[in-house]
Amino acid sequence: MSKALLQNEVIILDELDRQIIQATQSGLPLVPRPYHHVAEDLGVTVKEVIRRMKAMKDTGIIRRIAAVPNHYALGYKGNGMTVWDVPSELVNDLGHKVGVLDFVSHCYHRPRFLPDWPYNLFAMVHAHNRKEALLLVDTIAELLGKHDRGHDVLFSKQILKKTGMRLL
Amino acid sequence: MDDLDRKIINLLQEGFPLTEEPYADVAKQLGIDESGLLSRLKSLLDEKILSRFGPMYDAAKLGGDFSLVAIKVPKDRFDEVAGIVNSYEEVAHNYHRDHDFNMWYVLATESPEKIHEVNADIEKRIGLKVFNMPKLDEYYIGLKLTA
Repeated sequence: MSKALLQNEVIILDELDRQIIQATQSGLPLVPRPYHHVAEDLGVTVKEVIRRMKAMKDTGIIRRIAAVPNHYALGYKGNGMTVWDVPSELVNDLGHKVGVLDFVSHCYHRPRFLPDWPYNLFAMVHAHNRKEALLLVDTIAELLGKHDRGHDVLFSKQILKKTGMRLL
Repeated sequence: MDDLDRKIINLLQEGFPLTEEPYADVAKQLGIDESGLLSRLKSLLDEKILSRFGPMYDAAKLGGDFSLVAIKVPKDRFDEVAGIVNSYEEVAHNYHRDHDFNMWYVLATESPEKIHEVNADIEKRIGLKVFNMPKLDEYYIGLKLTA
């Protein structure tokens, strides 16, 4: 839980960390020495930039440094938000089991709103089409077995808005 | 997109090194040269086959907060409500989904308090209940799409 994390882990970022975040949040420069490029812009050494970024990776401020593909461009057109009603006391165990499936990109515990919304476990699945996605839903249902007290899948019809998130 | 593009996408989803010449290191793994990798990456980003490349920061640890919010919007009011919801700069994503709960937006704010302020404001303006569903726990985040 994000609040608890903040309470337990005191992460102190200084001005240079913030400048590094600002310089890289929209992407890494596509030049042979990208961290040198960032360092020069900020007037510090490349070793310092790499050291700071390693530290942010260790504390989880940087989740990972990687490429994020556009699902649709890779032919994944069956993108569904699957939602599950599982017993509250088992949600963590079951969430970990569902989260490691290789067709699940995100898996979260979220609150229920009874009676409108009984689902407390969310897993995003990605398939080439809806038919294939429904087979993945069946795979999750099988994995959950009797703990699946009801589920649904919400396919996206349209992206109404999608912006990059500015962090700082 | 050819086989080399696919290899690049699959490898770079796994991660990218924090070294002085990271592109040269990755290129070596792929058996190509650095300039070849850089030009491929540029094209993949330009063509929007990759939506991002670089460090993924955890906004919650930077003091900000996120939430997923759902609304059941009557069909005849969908466009009007979408216009109001999208007008907030704190609304980072908004998706139309096939369900009674047909509008799903993601709020990204500087503070947890602000999530509630924005939701209350939206609720008042549209006259519909908003269901705030922040994550209580996360079990895996990452993309494992095979190109």
